Amino acid sequence: MSQSAEHIMPCHPLFREPEYKDMLAAKAAQFEDKPDMDKLEEVFQWTTSPEYKELNFKREALTINPAKACQPLGAVLCALGFKDTLPYVHGSQGCVAYFRSYFNRHFKEPIACVSDSMTEDAAVFGGHPNMNTGLQNATALYKPNIIAVSTTCMAEVIGDDLHAFITNAKKNGFIPMEAHTPSAHTPSFVGSHTTGYDNMMEGILRYFTLNEVHEKQVGSNGRINIIPGFETYLGNYRLLRRYMEAMGVGYTMLSDPSEVLDTPADGTYRMYAGGTTVEEIKDAPNAIDTLMVQPICMGTKTRKFIQDTWGQPATAIHPPMGLAWTDAFLMKVSELSGKPIPPSLELERGRLVDMMADSQAWLHGKKVSLYGDPDFVMGMCQFMMELGVEPLHVLIHNASKQVGKRLKKILDEHPFGQSAQLHIGRDLWHLRSLVFEERPDFMIGNSYGKFIQRDTRHKGEAYEVPLVRIGFPIFDRHHLHRCTTLGYEGGMYILTEVVNTLLAELDRKTMGYGTTDYNFDLIR
Amino acid sequence: MSALTQEEAKGLIQEVLELYPEAARNDRAQHLAVNEPGGEESGSCIVSNRKSLPGVMTARGCAYAGSKGVVWGPIKDMIHISHGPVGCGQYSRAGRRNYYVGFTGVNTFGTMNFTSDFQEKDIVFGGDKKLARMIDEIDGLFPLNKGVTVQSECPVGLIGDDIESVARKSSESLGKPVVPVRCEGFRGVSQSLGHHIANDTIRDWILDKEAKVEGGPYDVAIIGDYNIGGDAWSSRILLEEMGLRVVSQWSGDGTLAELRRCSSVKLNLLHCYRSMNYISRHMEAKYGIPWMEYNFFGPSKIAKSLRAIAAHFDDTIKEGAERVIAKYEPMIQAIIGKYRPRLEGKRVMLYVGGLRPRHVVGAYEDLGMEVVGTGYEFAHNDDYDRTMKVVNEATLIYDDVTAVEMERFAERIRPDLIGAGIKEKYVFQKMGIPFRQMHSWDYSGPYHGYDGFAIFARDMDMAVNSPVWSQLKPPWK
Repeated sequence: MSQSAEHIMPCHPLFREPEYKDMLAAKAAQFEDKPDMDKLEEVFQWTTSPEYKELNFKREALTINPAKACQPLGAVLCALGFKDTLPYVHGSQGCVAYFRSYFNRHFKEPIACVSDSMTEDAAVFGGHPNMNTGLQNATALYKPNIIAVSTTCMAEVIGDDLHAFITNAKKNGFIPMEAHTPSAHTPSFVGSHTTGYDNMMEGILRYFTLNEVHEKQVGSNGRINIIPGFETYLGNYRLLRRYMEAMGVGYTMLSDPSEVLDTPADGTYRMYAGGTTVEEIKDAPNAIDTLMVQPICMGTKTRKFIQDTWGQPATAIHPPMGLAWTDAFLMKVSELSGKPIPPSLELERGRLVDMMADSQAWLHGKKVSLYGDPDFVMGMCQFMMELGVEPLHVLIHNASKQVGKRLKKILDEHPFGQSAQLHIGRDLWHLRSLVFEERPDFMIGNSYGKFIQRDTRHKGEAYEVPLVRIGFPIFDRHHLHRCTTLGYEGGMYILTEVVNTLLAELDRKTMGYGTTDYNFDLIR
Repeated sequence: MSALTQEEAKGLIQEVLELYPEAARNDRAQHLAVNEPGGEESGSCIVSNRKSLPGVMTARGCAYAGSKGVVWGPIKDMIHISHGPVGCGQYSRAGRRNYYVGFTGVNTFGTMNFTSDFQEKDIVFGGDKKLARMIDEIDGLFPLNKGVTVQSECPVGLIGDDIESVARKSSESLGKPVVPVRCEGFRGVSQSLGHHIANDTIRDWILDKEAKVEGGPYDVAIIGDYNIGGDAWSSRILLEEMGLRVVSQWSGDGTLAELRRCSSVKLNLLHCYRSMNYISRHMEAKYGIPWMEYNFFGPSKIAKSLRAIAAHFDDTIKEGAERVIAKYEPMIQAIIGKYRPRLEGKRVMLYVGGLRPRHVVGAYEDLGMEVVGTGYEFAHNDDYDRTMKVVNEATLIYDDVTAVEMERFAERIRPDLIGAGIKEKYVFQKMGIPFRQMHSWDYSGPYHGYDGFAIFARDMDMAVNSPVWSQLKPPWK
């Protein structure tokens, strides 16, 4: 018996105590029909080999450890960024339980979202009755100003017509005619969570502006609209606001969940907080232009709507990540607004450059494998190359070939992008094979990368690839979602994380007592 | 003392019901109750296992969650395909803390996500060919897998795929079980039907395909322990210490071999009745194996359960049970001595799944705490029958509670602790109510067994007596 009142042990280290180790060994030996350790090691080593990689890359049907999620998840995040808005997902209820817990775990915040709980009868007869009572109940209980309706794959497969259902629910008195009910079809078998964000955004903009667009005039309000995209760093919303304010440029953030995803613990639970107002959405067509901070994420429906219906240029930009693309963003804002870039931002830029100069020697020529959403990966590649880091494996699960071509061009044109291998539509089991084939100095990506780190470590200390956790979701570290990855400030955060990971790596390799007493330096 | 009197509790329910439109109010009224004096039969006072109302913010999941997430997913040496679009497998990946040990990606696969990532063409032309190819690819890349299960997501059942036929053919060519599971998310009203469907597939595709083997006199199986935070391990050790031979453990840290061996046991020990009673009943009917429910939360229930288990065996085991109880007694007394004074009289509200809304009541009572409200996400009436007997009079009972109901109840009762899930956690912490996740053990555990109770006591104390709760108001206010 190892447990005592003075020293209570949870799973670890409890199960490392002899009685548990013996028990688990006996279970494996007697009852599990488990292959012997030599066999396990042999097969493990095979999974790290070039032959295995070849086999792994021959997969055509099977996806293992994807680096993407499905459309309605993105629709929910988009909807959360509007004031007093309840995301409502038409379809099976289990999906909503998943979306909520997925965001709960990342943001460590409550996520309000409802489903209309379609079951077998709805699969046969359609989900119209569910929509009727769902809208009615949600309105009575949660008193939203906007209900933003998206769909699960169940509703999509049976072909439910959202627009007709919602209109009928109003006509039949389940909710008032004037209730705000934008909607978007978000089939999970098309695209990914970023597609869902784009579709929901377009649905919301269309709902509130389509009928009044003839009364609008581009440029008449003198503002610039900013669409953040599937953005999971709260700091990035705040940074975009800060930059626009520093520039003295009027702006409208179209979807900003940074308040509702960061409410205080002060005794009151706030289901709604902050967010873009209906008035702001309706005024958005009057802006000079709309800048999409995640241009690939927003590149399909939303961009088209803004260009075709609002008549704004929807000027193409790069995500403002790292130095050059933040410069470009600010210059574009300056160009569109006629306002100069203020000294405060020049100062911030200079500080980032200063940090880059301080750390460059530790970064130059280091190799990184990175994965994530297309805009994130694109921006991260750009910044890494500015730091002198060479992207080695660049993996995006949820991008088109066209996006791959754009990224390839960026990498090809940069001296530090020459050794990059681009893997579009591949998953994290592919990435595992890649980092075994050629070891990068570190990986950048979400929490799922920890399993790759563990596997490389099992092969041997020399193979271990440390993970810098930047991306979505991050479940196993606290509060990183509050940080900033965009702008000069974001560059400072990313640089700090990366360089210190590399320095910690060097410590790990040189802390051999009485063996590697060199390079285990106090000062670096 | 309960938090509320009978009358106050009934008044609170009425007040909450007023929030609903009429039809919804009538429905929800059947799911909310106050435990009556001598309450034994739940049938008359609470309705359960019915459809959730649209739009009310239920915490419930789906049949896929019940099968892939709960029953099948933890079988560690089989590969479980999330068959359909990419989301379901991603959201349910490695989140449940159903621990296992093994070479992940070599002979065990529990924290991985295998999915068919359905695209539009798969919906239009069907996914059967893709599925067959996936299973071949799986066997090529993971030759030590013991078999495959196909966990159906919503579209599979809507587009007319014949996964059973694919499974039969693949199983034949691989020489391994390939189990098709019709757990599409729209089936049933909650996770619960997924448990049942998964149980049935274990019956049809595994158990009944095996010849019954002879087992030893002390062979037992642990059924319905998902090894959250290692629960099954801190349970198993007690059973082994009393002289039993645990030849099969489902499904936490479970293996195909253990599933197959189950028909040889003398007694099935069922922890989560809700999710695994089906297969236990089947083994009783078909193989004549008796089953019994037990409760390894808190020393009172553990001792009672150990004795009840031992009663099925000879004196060797009965003596073994007494020996185990005596062995842990000093440690448990020390734990209670340390924590009970810090927790005495604290009131708890629970909202969980499976067995916990009733099974943990005793553990709280061992620490001097009182459960003043409890409810299940996906219970049936037999669960409430069992619950009414273990909670006090005037305890609030809520079935498939909605977010707004739970908030109103908590605001009024102001419990000292809420035990529920991740979807509830941050709501109540912001309200200043200490909270523990009682699905995942809030990244701690195990909570089963004597070793687990020590951690349970420590964790409840950490939550209730954290210094943070006195800091919610700024000092100048």
